[in-house]
Amino acid sequence: MNKLWLIIKREYFTRVKNKMFILTTLLTPLAFALYLFVVMGISDYQSDDLRRVAVLDKENILNGLSDESNVNFKFENASLGELKETYKEKNYDAIMVIPPIKNIQDTRLTVFYYSDGALGLDMRFMIEKKLQKSIRKYKIKALSLDAKQLEALDTKVSINPEPIDDTKADVSPMAAGVGAAIGGMMGFIMYIAVFIYGMMVMKSVMEEKTSRIVEVMISSVKPFQLLMGKIIGVGAVGLTQLTIWAILIPGIAFLMQIFFGFDMSGSEDLSTAGAEIDPDDMQAMVAQVTTEIKALNWWAIFPLFLFYFLGGYFLYASMFAAVGSAIGDDLGQGNSLTMPITIPVIMAFVIMVVVIRAPYSSLATWSSIFPLFSPIIMPARLAFSPPWWEILLSMVVLVATCVFFVWLSARIYRVGILMYGKKISFKEIGKWLFYKG
Amino acid sequence: MNILSLKNVVKKYQHHLAVDEVSFDMPEGCIFGLLGPNGAGKTSIIRIITSITRADSGTVYLNGEPLNSKHPAQIGYMPEERGLYKKMEVGEHIMYLAQLRGLAKADAKREVDYWLEKFEIKDWWNKKVEELSKGMQQKIQFISTVIHRPKLLILDEPFSGLDPINANLIKDEIYEMKKKGVSIIFSTHRMEQVEKICEHIVLINQGKNVLEGTVKEVKNQYKENKFEFKYEGTLPDNFNEHGNIVQESPGEVVIQLNPDESSNDFLKYLINNNTRINSFNEILPTLNEVFIRKVKSI
Repeated sequence: MNKLWLIIKREYFTRVKNKMFILTTLLTPLAFALYLFVVMGISDYQSDDLRRVAVLDKENILNGLSDESNVNFKFENASLGELKETYKEKNYDAIMVIPPIKNIQDTRLTVFYYSDGALGLDMRFMIEKKLQKSIRKYKIKALSLDAKQLEALDTKVSINPEPIDDTKADVSPMAAGVGAAIGGMMGFIMYIAVFIYGMMVMKSVMEEKTSRIVEVMISSVKPFQLLMGKIIGVGAVGLTQLTIWAILIPGIAFLMQIFFGFDMSGSEDLSTAGAEIDPDDMQAMVAQVTTEIKALNWWAIFPLFLFYFLGGYFLYASMFAAVGSAIGDDLGQGNSLTMPITIPVIMAFVIMVVVIRAPYSSLATWSSIFPLFSPIIMPARLAFSPPWWEILLSMVVLVATCVFFVWLSARIYRVGILMYGKKISFKEIGKWLFYKG
Repeated sequence: MNILSLKNVVKKYQHHLAVDEVSFDMPEGCIFGLLGPNGAGKTSIIRIITSITRADSGTVYLNGEPLNSKHPAQIGYMPEERGLYKKMEVGEHIMYLAQLRGLAKADAKREVDYWLEKFEIKDWWNKKVEELSKGMQQKIQFISTVIHRPKLLILDEPFSGLDPINANLIKDEIYEMKKKGVSIIFSTHRMEQVEKICEHIVLINQGKNVLEGTVKEVKNQYKENKFEFKYEGTLPDNFNEHGNIVQESPGEVVIQLNPDESSNDFLKYLINNNTRINSFNEILPTLNEVFIRKVKSI
């Protein structure tokens, strides 16, 4: 036991003290912050280039055009020819000509924009949208339609889910969305964790085999101790890294909101992107989302997430170790042997994406119990409060499978680490299971 | 008292019989050569002694007791293919290996200091292993093999890759260990090293024990009655009737005497015939020759 502890300590500290590790752990949240900064900053960014546009609207279709912070519209009465001569003196950057609308039923209209410089996409979309609005108003008037009646045509429907059983807590409309988001996030974290840390274990096993240190180690400790020490040590590294990120990333996001005043709820960007969301609605949505998040049973979800993280990690890490012990020097064989491990992980991720949209389907039920998928899928379902017996069954199956796979992998590992030069196929690895100690 | 005894040890890997009813005894406190060509089964035998693998049948006795879980701590094994964790620092690395062999942290520190000072490499404590040359790394490997003061040391090709200076250093250490009473198994297929260092040997070929004994016994077993002498003057005319001339050059002759001829008689014969003898000695076969003869005969 003492030796196991020594190995765990070494595996943990050599990685945690490593400069690259520290750098990656601290830089990833910073990179995330930078990303937020850039995205938020840019979406708020509007060219400070002030454009002054002369508008020729002979038929007075637009009935005026409001200014934006970076565009001034001024209606002129001159002819196009004259303006083309004099626009510079008059300090204009461009001339926009609104043609007469010959056929009101025509759903297309081409407006000419004369300028020296190019018209940026941002500006273009903005102007097009403004024109659309104004022309709509014009057409309503021209066709003598009742504007109010037209507005009444579009009804925004929102479904409010209610439990049949009156005693159950009310479910807000946002529950599904929030559940999907949280679930997807947890599933994604599991997916990444299995790959990053599982591969870390495999790489370590391969290095020990290539550098031949494994022979020296095996004369002092049992292969099983070395294997478990390594898996546990790397697992601890993973937990450390994820914990640091779990604290830093939201922390930085929060700080950015305070310091840079990024107003996440009322971003201009959303409205100009065409999502017709009323700012008030937006506020309400955010409030609901926050309540939803708070309402989730975090006392249950957190430990369960931890459980599945450990279960999934041990399951896959031991498989990666077994494969690593078989490969050793020959990196070329690597791909064909690691593929069978990575396929279930990828499948699980794909299924998860479907499951979070239909969390109560039979696919969801069975895939969250099947041990190769459950570490990724059950965490994704947790936000939807699946039945407790399903969770229990899933946990039991996972533990049993974990133990079995660790045992299996240990048998392969103890033969593989001392085996050099043989061509490694699955058949060969299968034989190793039966080698005596 | 034998420190190590193997009795009918068998090890089979799938279809390959690596160790075939091998038995031998190793006296305590000697330098013991475990010899044989590549693939003979030496490493398999060593792995059984060090409890890395288990014999299919037969018994290994260490200090009179069948192999048990306490024994690995009394053995120091330096494999032929030996490595170190490249990114670890020297001091930390040896401490790690020492503790894995059962030393308490304080004891390990003391021993590591002792050895680094002995080899005059104290300032390497914080160096990363990958910064060292191969010879330097082998010194580290040697230290980590002996740091827990094992009673039985097993060195598999300890000199491979070493320059003469470092090879000498290790050789001196081996002798020093022997003086302290450590029993040492020296496994190699380099016979010229064996002759200089080993007292007892066992020759393994194709998984079997084909030859065993002290170096002297083995050489005597395979001697061919060859003698070399240096002379001045003339040789008696019919001296070549006394045996086969293996080599002849002015002033020197190597002759394989006839079976019935004793060396004393031949010497008397030469002297009586007024040949001036400057030196006369028996040529024993080298272990290399014995090895080749023995291995080829199977």
